[in-house]
Amino acid sequence: MDLIRTENLYKTYRLGGGDLSVLKGVSMALKPGELVALMGVSGSGKTTLMNILGCLDRPTSGRYFFDGDEISRLSPNQRAVVRNSKIGFVFQNFNLLPRTSALENVLLPTAYADSGLTTRDLRRRAVEILQRVGLGDRLDHEPSQLSGGQQQRVALARALVNNPRLVLADEPTGNLDSHTSEEVLQMFQQLNSEQGITILLVTHDANVAAHAQRVIHIRDGLIEAGSVASAAGHGTLATGDA
Amino acid sequence: MIKITTTLKTSFRALRRNPMRSALTTLGIIIGIASVIAMVQIGEGSSAAIKQTIANMGANTLIVFPGAAASGGVTFGGGSAVTLTSQDATAIARDCPSVQAAAPQVHARLQLVRGNQNWVPQFIYGTTPAYLKIRDWPIAQGRAFTNGDVLGANEVCLLGQTDVKELFPSGKAVGKTILVQNVPLRVIGVLARKGANMMGMDQDDVLILPWTTLKYRISGTALQNQNQNTSSSSSTISTNQLYPETSQNLYPTPSAVEQQDLPQPVSFPNVNAIFVAVPTASQIPQAIKEITVLLRQRHHLQPGQPNDFNIRNMAEISNALGSTSKMMTNLLTGVALISLLVGGVGIMNIMLVSVTERTREIGLRMAVGAKPRDILSQFILEAIVLCLCGGVLGILVGQGLSSAVKNLLGWPIALSVPAVVASVAVSAGVGLIFGYYPAWKASRLDPIEALRYE
Repeated sequence: MDLIRTENLYKTYRLGGGDLSVLKGVSMALKPGELVALMGVSGSGKTTLMNILGCLDRPTSGRYFFDGDEISRLSPNQRAVVRNSKIGFVFQNFNLLPRTSALENVLLPTAYADSGLTTRDLRRRAVEILQRVGLGDRLDHEPSQLSGGQQQRVALARALVNNPRLVLADEPTGNLDSHTSEEVLQMFQQLNSEQGITILLVTHDANVAAHAQRVIHIRDGLIEAGSVASAAGHGTLATGDA
Repeated sequence: MIKITTTLKTSFRALRRNPMRSALTTLGIIIGIASVIAMVQIGEGSSAAIKQTIANMGANTLIVFPGAAASGGVTFGGGSAVTLTSQDATAIARDCPSVQAAAPQVHARLQLVRGNQNWVPQFIYGTTPAYLKIRDWPIAQGRAFTNGDVLGANEVCLLGQTDVKELFPSGKAVGKTILVQNVPLRVIGVLARKGANMMGMDQDDVLILPWTTLKYRISGTALQNQNQNTSSSSSTISTNQLYPETSQNLYPTPSAVEQQDLPQPVSFPNVNAIFVAVPTASQIPQAIKEITVLLRQRHHLQPGQPNDFNIRNMAEISNALGSTSKMMTNLLTGVALISLLVGGVGIMNIMLVSVTERTREIGLRMAVGAKPRDILSQFILEAIVLCLCGGVLGILVGQGLSSAVKNLLGWPIALSVPAVVASVAVSAGVGLIFGYYPAWKASRLDPIEALRYE
């Protein structure tokens, strides 16, 4: 079964003059365990699509299934629960809490989760994940004491702390130099191959997209037909809508 | 569901991230609470002091007067009946639980003679030693007379400052003897200066002596107008004694038969008033009730009969002064509350700044699963924590201020537990009220916009 399936997503913004259509009928799918890149230039609608996929926004029309649930009908509070338990976010600018230790940053999503775990169990889990991303010796460092690559790895650990079904990475290497970019991307690949975590990389950079198993191109609010070909060999395809 | 302890921890962490700003923000609350505490405590202290002063003036005193005597349709006015006795005073002190002390009082207006000096004091009181305690009247020199002096009707007296000045130009009165109606009285003590009373009368123009001495040795009855058929023995200056020949008999001399049929008590042991001390002003009504019951019983009054005595208190004075001081305290507390309000506005201001500054954090929290309700409670809790810290510090500062006032200015202060409790509640309330709007604003942010906020 698909982890993500969208059917004919439309997103229209009502601006002063008239309507601005950003998504014009996007249908795509993601299988569990895939590492997929969503590629498009700025203004192509990829950020809007990512917001909808990340349950931060809702489409104007169309249907969005996540893990079998129809998301576009959920209330804001229900979507918050989905975001908390099933999706991990990695942002371009890391978005770590300043003057807060790496460990506390990783623990942030657990504050809103109803996991039933004790504080000690949660801490142990956070430490374990930080060790997995190679920051086991930086638990008490604050973001200002960490390099960009380390900060992004803390952000990745934070995304993973609630055992999400999907990690959504929005330009994860946008603020990093090419060397650290490579490191972070390799970590994504490693997490995908070793732990089977589904990852969606949203980027405009072809080098980043090259690390994915398959690339979905988006242009002017539509999935490009070409992305089907590039996804060959990986089962279910993203299909462009006419 | 997010736990309150987690939110509390988050709030503390957020406040610790900006310690300087948190401290400055709470300063408004600290000042507000501190001034409320200081005002209330100093106010209560001065209120207690005023109450003490009023008590000294006799606010906690009751005076029992005899009722009016009437003869053939002619009444002689309040206090003319001869119903109160010194035993009544003893019984009141002994049997009424709300009464601290009771003392009888016998009045007279007589001339004092010392060598070639003479003087008629405004007040001559015959009483018991308890009287000085009830009136809170210390002895300046010498000693007070004792119950033994009262029982023995000893010829001793206490003089007021004015009388000492009039009779003893040298100023030394203790141990000397004065004459009252040719009865020698030894001055054993001089009373402390008390000044004018509320009616403007000089309270130091007084002679105090055992009531038995006044009653049985000097003046048969107290006042001339009290019992008109005994006029000869109670006037200020008895012309009868100086010029016995000119004395006119207003009434025919009773014959032997008449005297047998209607024996006149030679020395009726009545007193003119009974002074009663009550521990606190609030016990006055209870004391009045107890005295009324006791005296009705002692005077054998039937249920339908009116009281043959009147009880007066000075509650009016004490109420007036007490309410003045309460009003001042309320006024100052009001001013202090305004500063608390200003502190609250400061909290709101900083919380709004904080929400704007932490827009990205709010967006992130929402992205990782915080519901609007979680954000709302987090920011409200932050404001409340801020205010409570300010409140606690304010209480300490306020206590310090009032102790400083006590030590430096010598004003009385009283620790006010209700004020402390109320301050904590008020500061939490201020946090809730002034933290609500910024928190509501934060909870209404769109996570997408908030994440992108620069």
